[in-house]
Amino acid sequence: MKSLAELAAIREKMQSKVIIREGQAATRVVVGMATCGIAAGARPVLNAFVDGINKEGLTEKVTITQTGCIGICQYEPVVEVYEEGKEKVTYVKLDAAKANEIVEKHLKGGKVVTEYTIGAYKSL
Amino acid sequence: MFRSHVLICGGTGCTSSGSVKIMEAMNAEVAAMGLADEVKVVGTGCFGLCALGPIMIVYPEGTFYSNVKIEDVHEIVEEHLLKGRPVERLVYHEEKSEDVTKAMSLSETAFYKKQKRVALRNCGVINPENIDEYIAMDGYRALGKVLTEMTPDEVIQTILDSGLRGRGGGGFPTGLKWKFASGNRGNVKKYVACNADEGDPGAFMDRSILEGDPHAVLEAMAIAGYAIGADEGYIYVRAEYPIAIHRLEVAINQAREYGLLGEDIFGTGFNFDIKLRFGAGAFVCGEETALMTSIEGNRGEPRPRPPFPAVKGLFGQPTILNNVETYANICQIILNGPEWFSSMGTEKSKGTKVFALGGKIVNTGLVEVPMGTTLREVIEEIGGGIPGGKKFKAAQTGGPSGGCIPASLIDTPIDYDNLIAIGSMMGSGGLIVMDENTCMVDLARFFLDFTVDESCGKCTPCRIGTRRLLEILDKIIAGNGELEDLDRLEELANYIKSASLCGLGQTAPNPVLSTLRYFRDEYVAHIVDKKCPAGVCKSLLQFKIDADKCIGCGMCAKNCPADAITRTDYIAPGHKLASFAIDPKKCVKCGACMEKCKPHAIYKD
Repeated sequence: MKSLAELAAIREKMQSKVIIREGQAATRVVVGMATCGIAAGARPVLNAFVDGINKEGLTEKVTITQTGCIGICQYEPVVEVYEEGKEKVTYVKLDAAKANEIVEKHLKGGKVVTEYTIGAYKSL
Repeated sequence: MFRSHVLICGGTGCTSSGSVKIMEAMNAEVAAMGLADEVKVVGTGCFGLCALGPIMIVYPEGTFYSNVKIEDVHEIVEEHLLKGRPVERLVYHEEKSEDVTKAMSLSETAFYKKQKRVALRNCGVINPENIDEYIAMDGYRALGKVLTEMTPDEVIQTILDSGLRGRGGGGFPTGLKWKFASGNRGNVKKYVACNADEGDPGAFMDRSILEGDPHAVLEAMAIAGYAIGADEGYIYVRAEYPIAIHRLEVAINQAREYGLLGEDIFGTGFNFDIKLRFGAGAFVCGEETALMTSIEGNRGEPRPRPPFPAVKGLFGQPTILNNVETYANICQIILNGPEWFSSMGTEKSKGTKVFALGGKIVNTGLVEVPMGTTLREVIEEIGGGIPGGKKFKAAQTGGPSGGCIPASLIDTPIDYDNLIAIGSMMGSGGLIVMDENTCMVDLARFFLDFTVDESCGKCTPCRIGTRRLLEILDKIIAGNGELEDLDRLEELANYIKSASLCGLGQTAPNPVLSTLRYFRDEYVAHIVDKKCPAGVCKSLLQFKIDADKCIGCGMCAKNCPADAITRTDYIAPGHKLASFAIDPKKCVKCGACMEKCKPHAIYKD
């Protein structure tokens, strides 16, 4: 190692990979992974979030966790997004493509994809 | 990206309760479920709660699993990692917690809440065998800062200002030690040495740091090398610490590969490299001059001081020798500033101290608290109190060199000077808790037996004196003591303290003196009443059967290895069978009968 810049480069690259252990990410994406969720296709949705967040370089900001059944099985796959200081957003009936859109628009762009939220679905 | 990290403790405690197998099984299960690309399994250093091992933490939730068994792995992977449902039955619950269904994350537990982790900050957080993870946690940034922004004198001044004192036992100001060795930089060959010969029975602070965060020690040693003008370091580590040695070797090789050890570090022209030397298990080699003699390849015996190591140390050259935990604080002081460090602790003892909690305590393990935390907080809150509702009697700090602290002083804030004032010492940080079933005479004998064994034999007061002390204690424990023995003990102890060559002999009588100071009545009971109040010293107690409680089942007689128990003619009112009695002449006092007696009719007198 011949310079501080080299050290800083490794630090930056690695920090995003261990920050998960500090439990301080500002945004949490929670995927419903109970039997109903998995049956409705929650796995590909989860994978799409993992890939998308990685691709967009959001790993320091966002963590992904799963949860059990929240009781609206007919709307699965359900994903909830918790952001600090904001109201939680509940997305329903997702698939991988929609998940990618949410990563792009909501997690990266900061704009809720209203058409996939539970409110939009109910009003249809 | 890994959406979840599973941290499994790979410290010595959890390794011996099977964490390596659990880690293998975890990796296999994760792969079998197709989660290998999203879940990362990481082996870490010690989390501190060794009593509950093997320990596992799942992030990002921070779910804290304890006592994990290999059979549980499948369930954790399927339920938690796949479906997101923490396995409740394995989640750590505190006994006192009101909300018992709550999935406890580590930082919420009483065990961790009061702790302040500086020296242990990376233990249980990073994979100690991966230098990149250390770098992610600001690793080697302190070395970079020192080499590019600070002069060696500024480094020494920073350590002086922080108020850091040696964590190995003596409590000598670290900055001062460095200053003494700093003269004539560049013209004289100097050494930086690390004392990792942790020998106190029950102490494992240094081991856990080396196992959990080895780079922190390497980095600090390089900083020390820059400060005093040394280009070579030695770590003297016990050969009985195979995991620590392995991780140090891995860490040194990784640091060399990255050029963080070796020549021209960060292109500044500063050279520093570190070698390992293994101690063969002699307690005296934790003493600084004996340690250096041993590194040089000679028999580990101390020599008189002065000259101090800062003047004439390793291979006759100026040397600084610090303890593992002392080094573990250095990088944090450089990065956060001396004011940050000195804001923690008491007036003369700054920062935090790691203690190895052991003995009669619920949460056996490793804790780090700010100096000035009271013994009560450590034992009752962090340690979870004494198991089985027993009463706290005393705590031993400083191992065989320290002394006991009685229950009446439980509210003493722990720092170097307070402990010395009450006749104990900080030592390296072993903290052994004793309940009412501990005999203090027996305790003093235990530690003295250790020092008699470990005395190197070079000086007479320690070699012969400690043996005579032990003989007097043996006499008292056997029931043959006289009151004059107490005066003899005190007189001899004080001679040994003042006349011994090194720290081993100078502190060896401390357990005797402090138990005499606080528990003299127990000594007197052994001598005058020929009784051991705690019921420990076998020569002074008899096993007896309460004939009115005895139901005459004969379990005691069946289990007596000495055929000392026979049936009497007496049938207690309301019982059908005649009771038993113990022949004190035949009884070997093993206690087997007492364990088997269902109506608890057997007692010690």
